Amino acid sequence: MSFGSGAMTNSISEIKDCKLIFLIGGNPTEAHPIVGLEMKKALRKGCTFIVADPRKIWFAQHAKLYLPVKPGADNWLLNAMAHVIIAEGLENKEFIKTRTEGYEELREFVKDITPEKASEFTGIPAEDIRQAARLYATSEKSAIYYTLGITEHTCGTDNVRTIANLALLTGHIGKPSTGVNPIRGQNNVQGATDVCIPNKMPGYQDVTDNAVMEKFEKAWGVKLSRTPGATAPTMFERMSKNQFKALYVIGEDPVLSEPNQDYTIKGIKNLEFLVVQDIFMSETAKCADVVLPAASFAEKDGTFTNTERRVQRVRKAINPVGNSKPDWQITSELSTRMGYKMDYPSPKEVYDEIASLAPIFAGINYARIESNGIQWPCPDTKHPGTKFLHEGKFPRGLGKFFVLPYRAPAESPDKEYPLLLTTGRTLYHYNAGTMTRRSVGIIHKTNDCFVEVHEADAKELGIFDGETVKISSRRGSITARAEVSDKVKKGIIWIPMHFAESAVNKLTKDAYDNITQTAEYKVCGAKIEKI
Amino acid sequence: MVMVPKIKVNIDGKTIEVDKGKTILQAANSIGIRIPTLCHDPRLDPFAACRVCMVEVERGKSNTLITSCNTEAADGMVIRTDSEKVLKTRKMVLELILSDHPRDCMTCERCGSCKLQDYAYQYGVRESRFFEKPDGGIIEDENPVIQHDTSKCILCGRCVRICAEVQQDYAIDFKNRGFETETGTPFGKPRRDTTCVLCGQCVSTCPVGSLVEKQAVGMGREWEFKEVKTTCAYCGVGCTMYLNVKGNRVVKVTSKTGSIPNDGNLCVKGRFGFDFIHHPDRLKQPLIKKNGKFEEATWDEALGLVAAKLSEIKAKYGPDYIGVMSSSRCTNEENYLAMKFARATIGTNNVDQCART
Ligand code: SF4
Ligand code: SF4
Ligand code: SF4
Ligand code: FES
Repeated sequence: MSFGSGAMTNSISEIKDCKLIFLIGGNPTEAHPIVGLEMKKALRKGCTFIVADPRKIWFAQHAKLYLPVKPGADNWLLNAMAHVIIAEGLENKEFIKTRTEGYEELREFVKDITPEKASEFTGIPAEDIRQAARLYATSEKSAIYYTLGITEHTCGTDNVRTIANLALLTGHIGKPSTGVNPIRGQNNVQGATDVCIPNKMPGYQDVTDNAVMEKFEKAWGVKLSRTPGATAPTMFERMSKNQFKALYVIGEDPVLSEPNQDYTIKGIKNLEFLVVQDIFMSETAKCADVVLPAASFAEKDGTFTNTERRVQRVRKAINPVGNSKPDWQITSELSTRMGYKMDYPSPKEVYDEIASLAPIFAGINYARIESNGIQWPCPDTKHPGTKFLHEGKFPRGLGKFFVLPYRAPAESPDKEYPLLLTTGRTLYHYNAGTMTRRSVGIIHKTNDCFVEVHEADAKELGIFDGETVKISSRRGSITARAEVSDKVKKGIIWIPMHFAESAVNKLTKDAYDNITQTAEYKVCGAKIEKI
Repeated sequence: MVMVPKIKVNIDGKTIEVDKGKTILQAANSIGIRIPTLCHDPRLDPFAACRVCMVEVERGKSNTLITSCNTEAADGMVIRTDSEKVLKTRKMVLELILSDHPRDCMTCERCGSCKLQDYAYQYGVRESRFFEKPDGGIIEDENPVIQHDTSKCILCGRCVRICAEVQQDYAIDFKNRGFETETGTPFGKPRRDTTCVLCGQCVSTCPVGSLVEKQAVGMGREWEFKEVKTTCAYCGVGCTMYLNVKGNRVVKVTSKTGSIPNDGNLCVKGRFGFDFIHHPDRLKQPLIKKNGKFEEATWDEALGLVAAKLSEIKAKYGPDYIGVMSSSRCTNEENYLAMKFARATIGTNNVDQCART
């Protein structure tokens, strides 16, 4: 990565003091409402907002500059902003000299990426791109916030690096209220990434590093493989080719949440054995050979790590419902039965083990986070935790500029599927909706799938607001209620991801970003028909 | 860091140093002196409507009564929070508020956590000389989470202000004039048809029983609930919240100002999205598929089968034909154990968590 770590560089409490927020591909009022509130605080204090999003979201309506960027064209916008910053001499020369590398290459590359050219691809007036670059570069405290809109593309990693280029060019990083901040979608996605990915041991230690692996072998008393494992998409690919035999799924519903549903189900059917551990009978659980009933967050102790890297306590409020058990207990019992003993008295001891093996969590324990959570990195028990990252130095040493030309999305609209489909979250539901759709207050506001269509497209198709329509892509079709407005740009349609009966992932494409393997949920070609 | 200049004030005979810019209320709170407040919420701009936070400030020979929630402490100020005059005025203010408030604490949902009730008790206000039967009552609205009883409203404006200042949704406002004044949605429309996002922020700030959590109505008295501090399980913000538990049931979710990172704010999912916990669809027993149908099994049978099957597949094809997928819904400890299970128990690095965002 550009800095050497992929977490939020600032804290939520710093948001209100930002002088400028560049929000790209994120809709905090709906997806991260409390971050949204902190941004509203900043807005009330006079913070300037630049919003780049294909939908006219809440902050777009309150922004100084709204850039309705075409889905998939963020790269043009960002590189053109770099062009303007350099062409107009707004770069931070001192910062570039002392803390970065690769500047010359970037300068050479963006020379030709003029706002005029970018305008053709993004649909944003060239002057607005210039204005955005100037505002961002010259504000005293500029922070960039982004979410799924940026990462859920085949070029997701490119996008993140192109964003980082802007921060490195201007030195808007490593200071309070100033940095680059991905807002994590699901509650513990930060924590899960911190300890549970195929190529790293907990705390981002390489599985190919012998010293690391020896440390774990000693602590665990087993020999460990040094070959990086398969990511979830790779596992599904191997399943589809019948090169995978068993899968143990804990608390996920890939049939609903992975793109291209047909392909996922076919893969799962090829397995010899599938075990699913969940609180509800999910779509994936229906395919399982054994289903293990898990306890909900209210029924167990543990920790979650939020988007600002804060490790916080989860506490048991009630006993597990029915005969269910907490996931940690089920996994431990299963392991012991398979001959590898796990006999932790409680999650506290598990956390102590994590802290003893992963230096970035070394100073964290339950006693210290009793009243408030601590933000990693926290190297020892005297350390207060880290509010913002990269002050003075990046983990990889120098910040690196990346030269990243535009890559077209894996699928673009064409004659047959003329609309650009993009997907996202609404305020009222959460991912596959397994929990929210069982809450009366939430379904009161929205409980059916809808598709946002621009007025002009609706007129052309003869569709009315509220009418049920059929939406199809090369992979399948679903029905949903049409919401006609000017919220989306003409030529674009938007569907939320939460509804099993109209699963939008029947339509999306299973093309993945080649580095993070995040699926391209954000763009594919589609059409709408009357029924 | 910018250094904030300090000033000196004297409160109830104690001289203290505070940051310039603090209100008298904040200065008093900083040394543990409690001043009653009704219309004040630290998340909101001062409004000074209820006047219960009166204190006495020395001004030369004549002292003045001022509202402490919106008055900045000035250098050299001498303040009394408990003088005769202060106590008398406060009592009077409470009596006036109670004149337009129903006397049905015994069936009120907020009984035990109502600020008006607490202060009436503390200041010994039993009767109001000005009592009139209050207008209004419970608003009919089919939304299942927020109950609004206009007869109990003390017009502190906190709900209106939190909706406007913090949420910036402008779903509710003051209506009518004089004795008929109340708060609510425009034309009393159901919340579903307004800009209201059902965040319940208004409920969280209401100091009395006017706005309450509908799902908790009739579920128990405040003092019966055990409050368990935890972290929201929905999005990456990780708001701190409190599960209110009675027996083995989560009855409602509350929040507290000052908590990290959300300062007492919650969204609709965090505050009202908890009832999935007790949903009848919850899986309660291990299930084993036999001839295409799930049958209930004991833990011993289910875990025995899983252990045997995984061991068999590992022996037949090797560990790299097995994978573990964990979840961002699980705790760190659970993700760690899933990871350890794949690596140490199975012997493969094929372990991932599904969500990458
Ligand atoms: S629930 Fe939220 S949006 Fe609705 S009136 Fe209350 S504060 Fe406003
Ligand atoms: S409903 Fe509650 S918060 Fe709103 S004005 Fe009345 S008493 Fe105050
Ligand atoms: S209360 Fe809302 S914003 Fe806070 S963590 Fe839960 S879902 Fe996210
Ligand atoms: S709390 Fe100060 S006037 Fe209401």
